[in-house]
Amino acid sequence: MSTVTDYVSRIEGTCGAESDVIVNFKYEKKDEVIATIMKRAVLKNTVAGIIFELTFEGVSFRLYTSGKAIFRGFKSKTELMDYLVKLLF
Amino acid sequence: MEHHSNIIPWEITAKIKGFKIKYAKVNDDGTLDNHDFENKMNKKTKICCLSHVSNVTGVINDIKHIAAIAHDNGSLILVDGAQSVPHLKTDVQDLNVDFLAFSGHKMLGPTGIGVFYGKNDILQKMAPFQGGGEMIQEVSIQKDKCKVSWNELPYKFEAGTPNIADAIGLSAAIKYLQKIGMDNVLNHEKELTNHTMELIKKHTKATTVYGPSDTSKKCGIIPFGVKNMSSHDVSLFFDNYGIMIRSGYHCAQPLHEIFKLTSSARASFYLYNTKEEIERFVEVLGEIDKL
Repeated sequence: MSTVTDYVSRIEGTCGAESDVIVNFKYEKKDEVIATIMKRAVLKNTVAGIIFELTFEGVSFRLYTSGKAIFRGFKSKTELMDYLVKLLF
Repeated sequence: MEHHSNIIPWEITAKIKGFKIKYAKVNDDGTLDNHDFENKMNKKTKICCLSHVSNVTGVINDIKHIAAIAHDNGSLILVDGAQSVPHLKTDVQDLNVDFLAFSGHKMLGPTGIGVFYGKNDILQKMAPFQGGGEMIQEVSIQKDKCKVSWNELPYKFEAGTPNIADAIGLSAAIKYLQKIGMDNVLNHEKELTNHTMELIKKHTKATTVYGPSDTSKKCGIIPFGVKNMSSHDVSLFFDNYGIMIRSGYHCAQPLHEIFKLTSSARASFYLYNTKEEIERFVEVLGEIDKL
């Protein structure tokens, strides 16, 4: 059975007042991840064919075609991981 | 304009030793407010610490002048050379600084190693900050009393087994840079910086470059922001094109507070970057700028 760690390579907290979190999906899984997310989340906007602004369960985030995504407003890594479970599985 | 690494250790030490820290102001373009700096220096000042080059704006401080002011007030001067030594010729004797520190990872060397320079007569008077092997000349315990004498410089400050592998790596990096010539490194960066600044001005509307517009005052660093986009979005957009830039506070949050910024994007150049790469960078920035 797959887990989030099979798809996520690294989670980076950014510095700056925005306190964004960047999720790096595994390179070899990125196409699968992007397809899954695009199917489950609601697409709000596409920017230059590179950035997808999406919403899932009331949370807005941006997904990049490079296989990275920016999330905001999560209090902890655990909270974000729980969200990713719902988003990916 | 300091990196957190030249703020936090002093704040920690101030709590232990009980001394007072005064911070000199910076001007709107990120250059040092010389008037405020000179006003804050007085005969009570024990040590003055600042960056040679800002890691956010690339501003080059006139260290020789600042060192003279520090010494006139009876103060020591410590320079953070992490952003200057890799990019410009640095002569500690000509600058007349008492201490200067720099790290390996910003100058083609390994991470986790750096260099700390200190004037010989000052280091002779200083006590070691770490204990262990190599830093002693003699240790003798007789009748429950330990008698210790310190080794000569620099071993007095190099307790334990040193980081030999990284020191060899850093030495190779320094020799490589010296072979190229630091004047050539600086000139190349200046050329790239001027070219980038001109192109940004010409091809963007929603992009703001922070720091001085006069490139003679700075090294090869261009901090910028794009209207209505977070610096992290900007950096991920560049990432899609295989271009790496830095986003966030760059470990210098107080400077961002002065600029009233929540974060910034930063393009930085080194000897391996080319004019073609710069043109590609501005081309992609032009796309972001239009969003």
